[in-house]
Parts: sequence; structure tokens; C-alpha cells
Amino acid sequence: MNCIQHKTKLAVAMALSLAVFSAQAAEVEVLHWWTSGGEAKSVGELKKLMQAKGDSWKDFAVSGGGGENAMTVLKARVVAGDAPTAAQIKGPSIQEWANEGVLANLSAVAKAGHWDAQLPPVVSSAMKYQGNYVAVPVNVHRVNWMWVNPAVFKKAGATVPKTWAEFPAAADKLQKAGFIPVAHGGQPWQDFTIFESVVLGVGGADFYKKSMVQLDQGALQSATMLKAFNTFRMVRKYVDKDFSGRDWNLATQMVIQGKAGMQFMGDWAKGEFAAAGKKPGADYLCVDAPGTKGDFTYNIDSFVMFKQKSAEATKGQDDLASAIMSPEFQEIFNLNKGSIPARLDVKMDKFDDCAKKSHTDFIASSKAGTLVPSIAHQMAVPAATTGAIQDVVTQFFNSEMTSAQAVVKLAAAARTK
Amino acid sequence: MRRFLANEQFEINCSQAVVMRARRVRISKIEEMVMLASPPSAVDDTVRKPCRLSLSDRIETWLPKIILAPTFVVTLLFIYGFILWTGCLSFTTSRMLPNYEFAGLSQYHALFANERWWVALKNLALFGGLFIAGCLAIGLSLAILLDQKIRGEGFIRSVYLYPMALSFVVTGTAWKWMLNPGLGIEKLVRDFGFHNFTFDWLTNSELSIYTVVIAGVWQSSGFIMAMFLAGLRGVDDSIIKAAQVDGASLPVIYWRIIIPSLRPVFFSAFMILSHIAIKSFDLVMALTGGGPGFSSDTPATFMYTFSFTRNQIGMGAASAMMMLMIVAAVVVPFLYSELRSSRRG
Repeated sequence: MNCIQHKTKLAVAMALSLAVFSAQAAEVEVLHWWTSGGEAKSVGELKKLMQAKGDSWKDFAVSGGGGENAMTVLKARVVAGDAPTAAQIKGPSIQEWANEGVLANLSAVAKAGHWDAQLPPVVSSAMKYQGNYVAVPVNVHRVNWMWVNPAVFKKAGATVPKTWAEFPAAADKLQKAGFIPVAHGGQPWQDFTIFESVVLGVGGADFYKKSMVQLDQGALQSATMLKAFNTFRMVRKYVDKDFSGRDWNLATQMVIQGKAGMQFMGDWAKGEFAAAGKKPGADYLCVDAPGTKGDFTYNIDSFVMFKQKSAEATKGQDDLASAIMSPEFQEIFNLNKGSIPARLDVKMDKFDDCAKKSHTDFIASSKAGTLVPSIAHQMAVPAATTGAIQDVVTQFFNSEMTSAQAVVKLAAAARTK
Repeated sequence: MRRFLANEQFEINCSQAVVMRARRVRISKIEEMVMLASPPSAVDDTVRKPCRLSLSDRIETWLPKIILAPTFVVTLLFIYGFILWTGCLSFTTSRMLPNYEFAGLSQYHALFANERWWVALKNLALFGGLFIAGCLAIGLSLAILLDQKIRGEGFIRSVYLYPMALSFVVTGTAWKWMLNPGLGIEKLVRDFGFHNFTFDWLTNSELSIYTVVIAGVWQSSGFIMAMFLAGLRGVDDSIIKAAQVDGASLPVIYWRIIIPSLRPVFFSAFMILSHIAIKSFDLVMALTGGGPGFSSDTPATFMYTFSFTRNQIGMGAASAMMMLMIVAAVVVPFLYSELRSSRRG
């Protein structure tokens, strides 16, 4: 008797669970590496939005670094013919993946949501492959920021440098007063982050586009590039001697604690200041990197969508794409992440002053043609070329190589295919 | 003349007889070993071959094969199969995902034109040489000192062996802190009052690879010590006693008798250490991250970077094949000479 009862219970349970499964709408599986603090919270918002639409969310988070581990896993899944719904991929990699013919066409969703009208042309063209949307932008990070501790500058009697020519005088004053002028972490991508700001500041937006985006050999071997390397060498003098291998957030802590005067880093550094309870404008300043006023180096995170096998999965994918593009999500996500929304029509009331400035500059630079992709954050050229150039930059920064040698090596590295 | 020939004949006969005898001895030894190794029923099987095997007998014959088959297949596929696949990829234009467009040797050309690859090779030579020599030297000295029937040997042995219980990632991170000039040894010594003391290898592009050697030797020499200790315990006491009776001093006994008799241990230790050195990835990643710049890159970190972060799978595969060649170049001649000499002896 007992046994029969048990069996019926089991059968009922199974039937119920089957019913639940069939009643369920599409499941979306999203690969990302946003696993820490504010980032994880941001992803949580997306999950809530999707669940509100009746779709179920399958998290596919692979933590570790800048997503290297995640990419390895993703490649294995795609080669095996088992691609997730969406994955966090940005920059020229979107085109590389699209070339493989594995990405879905989002034109219908884009048309319904008027994406073309909401996104600046620079952003929308990066999201398209052969005229069709294959990716959805989530946010815009600005990279050419300089984070300043005003108290340190005040104590040293220095003024915040606006050009690279003014930089040594200010840095010398900081050094004399016993501060570390530049907080820096000696990891290749951080060296590269400073370098791109130097190139932009020394040569201007047009030179940056020619040398770092179009990889024009004339620009790469020009006197301006030589000057950029000289400036880069000058900055090297102002980092402390323990910089090697330091993580970026530890360098930001040095600015927060008043040990160092400034740091060159993208606006994700703001999260560190916020977590330490610091107020923008009072406890810290976000200023343009020297000589880059009016220019904007962008680093845009986006999700690419993979071709799905069933209509149901495609429906879930369309839901996901429109959810990511919705103003509500773009607002809440970027409030958590420290970046600004990719769509232009999101209200900026709730954002802090740095984000507001970033937003204004983003729109202005997009109109003026000074909105440029960050090469250090894989937005400008394919991964192989980025890597080869990064090797030259980091080798220069960590050795006694002369600027003339560096220019020759840089030109050779830019030919890497 | 005749006598001479006869003599020679005799000699040939004699040497043949010796060879034959030796062979016979060896065969009987092998037979003995087989008898010992195989369960009695297996021997019975050979005796009553003509009659039908019972079910349990048949299971017994097939069971080992069935159990070993999956491991065999998996090894064949996931080791040798993938070596073959990597080899194929190294001749293709593969970039982000594998493709099969034949590219000849161009990936190898690109690899050897790459400055970073040469840095990695140089580092491998430096790191491999010093790591193996350091571990063998320290391991052997510790083992000899521990073998002097000292008090508390078990405790001390564990102390030296424990680094082996840590993963290379932990070792790398701990040493990263210790070697950091602003946090570790340099700061400590300076705080003691030696203000001119500098120990900044970790942040120096020229010397960073040596910090990897330090951490590697620290981690692995305890294990090598344990291997040598086991070897020392296996040395026949009577030989040493005989040498002592002959009036040999202790250093001479060690140098002439004991250390040469540890030859097989040297062989195993060398094998283990050289493959750790060639594959070294986690230690470098945790300790220096390949930096400053890429000055402490090794072939393994190079391979990872190019295959997985720079979308150059073809070149990554070429570097992986070169690593395989290096392993083969080191291990095969060594294995060959060792195995041949042990057969002769």
C-alpha cells in the first residue's frame, strides 16, 4: 500500500515537472565574466528583466581576468555546435566571430526598437556585420581619464597638468613632496592604457586614428610617434619601483589613500572610489588625460547573439536583445558598473558628475569626429595585431629600449596579421 | 696455424656458450617473473587448453582487457589523437577557430621570426637548467645529511617535503609577496637598518626569470630529497662496510660508491624535473605573470597567450609542437641510453 502510494506520488511529481518544463518559455544562456561586486549586480538586473518577460535565465559565468577563460570555453562550445544564446564579446572580435558565420541576425529586433536612431553611428557600425546587427551594446567606458587626488596636489603645491608639456613640472613637485606621482600597475594592458592616452594627447585624434586604428605605416614611423614614445618614457620616471605586476585596483587604492597623485585608467576605477566612500569633485577628480580634452577613447561592452536551432530559442534571444537595449536596463546596469549607457536617450539624472561629463563628451566627440576606439582594450584592431603592438609597448616600458628602436618595432608589429 | 684456428674456434664456442647461458638464465628469470605475476588459474589455463573454458575462466581472461580498454582508448584519443590534431593545426592558417586551410611551414616561420618566442626559449634554457641542477644538488645534499641517522629525522623530512603539498599557484603567489621589493625581503632587511640593500629581481626585466627558479627549486627540491633518501636506503650496507674495512673515508665512499649507485634515482628525478620545467605555466603565471613586459615568458605561457587570447591558434599550435620537440630532444636520447645501459648491466 505504502509502496503504491509512493509510486503515484512519484508519477504525479514527474508529470508536474514535465508540465512545468513545457509551460516554460524560452531559456536564454548567457556567457559573461561579470562575477565581481557591482558587475554581478548588474547582470542580476538583466536576469530579473528576462524573468519578467517569462523567459528563464541560465547563467554561464566563467570568471577570470579579462575573459580569457570565458573565450576558451566559448570556442570549445561553438566548435562542438552547442553555442549559448549570447556571449560577452566586443570590438573587432564581433567581426571575427561573424566571419565564422555563427552569429544571428538581429535586424528585425533592431528595426522594431529603432536602434539606428538611438545609437551613435560609431557604435552601431561596430555592432553590425554586412549591414545587419549581430551584437547589442551594453555600455560605454571612457578610457582616457586621469584620476586625481586633489589633496595630494594641494599639499605639493602642484596644478593638475592639462597637457603633456605641463606634466613633468607637476609630477616633479609631487615627487619632491614625497608622493608617488603616477599610481601604476605594471601589467601589459595597463602599460598599453597609458600609451594610448599618450599617443592621443601628443598626436591628437586624427593621428590616433591613422596610427592606432588604420595602422598607417607613415603615421607609425612619424616624428609624432617618436615624440609619443619619448613622452611615454618620461611618464615611466614617475611610477614607483614596486609597480611591476600590480593590479589596477591596488594602484587606484594608492590614489584613494593619498600615497599617489594620479592614475591613468578607464572609468571602471570609479567603482573603487565609490566603494571607499569618496565623492567625485571633492575627494577625487576625473579629468581628461593630458592633451585629450574633447577626445574620447571608448571601450564598449556588448553581447553577440549566436544562431539558435529552435524558434523558441530565437524568441528568447530576441527578448534578450530588446531587454539589453531597453532604457531601463541601460540605466540600472550602468549605474552599477560605472560606465555610461550606449543609447543616447537615457536620462542621466541619477548618474554622478564623472558619468555626466563622460556622457556630454561622448555626444560631443561623436559629432566632432574625435570619438576613437581604445586599442589597449581591443576595440581598434584584431586581437593578433593588438597583442603584437602591446608586446612592443610593454617591452619599451620595461627596458632601456630607445624611442627610435621602439618606432621601428611598432611599425613591424602593426604588420602582424 | 691450425692450433690458432682451433683456439679461435674454441673461443667462439666459449663465448657463444656464455651468451647462451646468459640468455637461458634471462629466459628462466622472465618465466619465473611471469609465474609469480600471473594468478595460478592462468597457468592452469595453458595446461588444459583443449577443453572448454568455464565462464568464470573466460571472464578472468577478458576482465583485465575490458577494464583497461577505456583507459587505453581515452589515452589514445586525448593524448596521441590531440597531439596529431595540434600537429595538423600548426600547418594551417587557423586563427580564432580551427580551420584546415594548408599553410605549409608559414606558422613556423612566423614563430621563429617572433622576438617573444626567442625570449621564451632563452628563459626555458635558463630556467630549465638552473631548476634541474638546483633541485638535484639541494635534494641530494639534504638527503645525504638526513641519512646520517640523526634524531627527529621523520619530522625534518616532513618539513622539507611539505612544499610539495602546495600547488605551484600558491607557491608563486607567496613568493611574489616575499620578493616584492616594497613588501617582502628587501623591505624587511631595510627595516633592520641596511638601507642600501636591494633585492628587486622580481621587478627587473633582466633578472625576473631567476625568481621563478628560486620558487621552483624551493617547491620541488624536497620531493627530490625524498626520492634520493629512498635511493640511499636501498644501497647495500655490506658494500659500504667493505669499503670502510678497506679504509675509505666517508666522502670517498659517498663520491665513489653511493652516489654512482644512485644513478637510477638521478634518472627518474631528471625525468620528473625536466617535464615540470618544460611545462611550467602556473608558477610563472602566479609569480610574474610573464612580466615585467614579457621578460619571463616561457614556451607554455607563450603558447597559451597566442592560442587563446590573440586568436592565432595556428602559431600557438606551432609553438606547442616545438615544445613537444624539445621534450623529445631531451628525453628520448636520455631514455635510450639509460634503458640500454641498464639492460647491459
